[in-house]
Amino acid sequence: MANFQGLMEITKIDNLADDVYEMTLKGDGAKYISQSGQFINIKINDSLQPYLRRPMSISDYDENTIVIVFKVVGLGTEILKNKAIGDKLDCLIGLGNGFTVKKGKALLIGGGLGTPPLYNLGKKLKAQGVEVTTVLGFGSKKDIFYEDKFKEFGDVYIATMDGSVGIKGTVIDVIQQLNLTFENYYTCGPEPMLDALALNYPENGQLSFEARMGCGFGACMGCSCKVKTKPYKRICVEGPILLSDEVIVNG
Amino acid sequence: MANLKVKLPGLEMKNPVIPASGTFGFGYEFTKFYDINILGSIMLKGTTLEPRYGNPLPRIAEGPSGMLNAIGLQNPGVDAVMNEELEKLRPHFSDKVIANIGGSAVEDYVETAKRISSHDMVGALELNISCPNVHSGGIQFGTNPQMAAEVTRKVKEVSQKPVYVKLSPNVTDIVEMAKAVEEAGADGISMINTLVGMRFNLKTGKPIIANGTGGYSGPAIFPVALRMVHQVSKAVSIPVIGMGGISCGKDVIEMMIAGASAVAIGCQNLIDPYACKTIIEDLNTELDKMGIKDINDIVGLSHQS
Repeated sequence: MANFQGLMEITKIDNLADDVYEMTLKGDGAKYISQSGQFINIKINDSLQPYLRRPMSISDYDENTIVIVFKVVGLGTEILKNKAIGDKLDCLIGLGNGFTVKKGKALLIGGGLGTPPLYNLGKKLKAQGVEVTTVLGFGSKKDIFYEDKFKEFGDVYIATMDGSVGIKGTVIDVIQQLNLTFENYYTCGPEPMLDALALNYPENGQLSFEARMGCGFGACMGCSCKVKTKPYKRICVEGPILLSDEVIVNG
Repeated sequence: MANLKVKLPGLEMKNPVIPASGTFGFGYEFTKFYDINILGSIMLKGTTLEPRYGNPLPRIAEGPSGMLNAIGLQNPGVDAVMNEELEKLRPHFSDKVIANIGGSAVEDYVETAKRISSHDMVGALELNISCPNVHSGGIQFGTNPQMAAEVTRKVKEVSQKPVYVKLSPNVTDIVEMAKAVEEAGADGISMINTLVGMRFNLKTGKPIIANGTGGYSGPAIFPVALRMVHQVSKAVSIPVIGMGGISCGKDVIEMMIAGASAVAIGCQNLIDPYACKTIIEDLNTELDKMGIKDINDIVGLSHQS
């Protein structure tokens, strides 16, 4: 559970979809990641603007590499997008609990920018010989990314809200219309999607939540949410992954 | 190397640097990063008589050189703080800590103070009469001098340790508040708490923070804190612990020149978990550069002339 603060060097920036970028970071800090689903918290620059760090999920990692995917939604991500190869970022690494890899047929369910952390998890599941199916939900055709990467693990089904690709509707529409079966599911995406999944599938699910964070390492209590098993869990320390049977829907 | 030791009621500190309440949890989270025994003291997360979940999310927003928060005094309650949180901290910190207490009614403060002031690790209490983020309790004591004096007096009657009162900047005359709590028996003052602010979502027109308003802190409020610490420390004879936007060693020096006898570091701990450690090292270097032998010599330097 050690945390690390230090510099990581940007070695690659790719535009994956509309306003969506993949960034590869190199450095010793990558060693501090122990599980898929953990996150890093990035100081965007040395100035006081933006003031807070930006928490980012990790799509893939090894001993020396961290890959993140982000969408440009405001000041912080706009600056991040315009960084140059070779620039260094001050990162807090090794944050959060991460997914627990389980035996038994797996369904990965990604919603938009919630898709990335499931990629490294898929690799781990595949390595353990687990059968993997993936459902990804996006707004529209222009938003889709990582479809091919998930095909490395097995079948991939797409939902778009406007019907431009795949099934029109949500990830839940896909699961129900195609009668997809699974023993465990792993998901990350917008809160309404996670709530709907916890409501429809209250067992054997691991759901990765996001929250506005002050610190990312348990000090400020800015991201605490109520759960059934405890008075509260901090999304940054006891999360971001919560179990489907402890999630309080709309909580 | 300058002398950094400072002595305040209930606290003999190896240096004047204290992490501020609410930005350091109960201390032990930071042992992942450094040995927290280097700190002067620790202001614990605000503690109430009963456990509190706090406000709905989102609780955090950002502004120029600062952040808004509306945590709402989330804490496990005084008994769990004494029996669990402080025990987790014990192996990591050997000096006295400052217990920050909040409440909705005078009786809550009194009972919480009575219990936690008996704890052997607690050197002093910090009475939070200035939390802007709870609807019932806290702030009304911090904006009315009579009520502030009353809660101070009643807590002093039961507390086994010196009592510092944490003042709100959200008042017309902070000197009047300071004088009222001094007269009621406060052993010290800590200031300033956060400034009440808001941010709005451009698309929905609604506040970003679920609570509507939050407390603004960070480097943006540093000049406001300096002004208020200067005014209050001139007007009272009890020590002031100065806080509000301190982010480096030079800021500590400036806050002490303004009149603070010690300082607290808030927001900066959230951006940089090593902040207090860096600031202590930085403070040493800066004092040497200035040729200052004893940090106590600069306290209230701005009051001269």
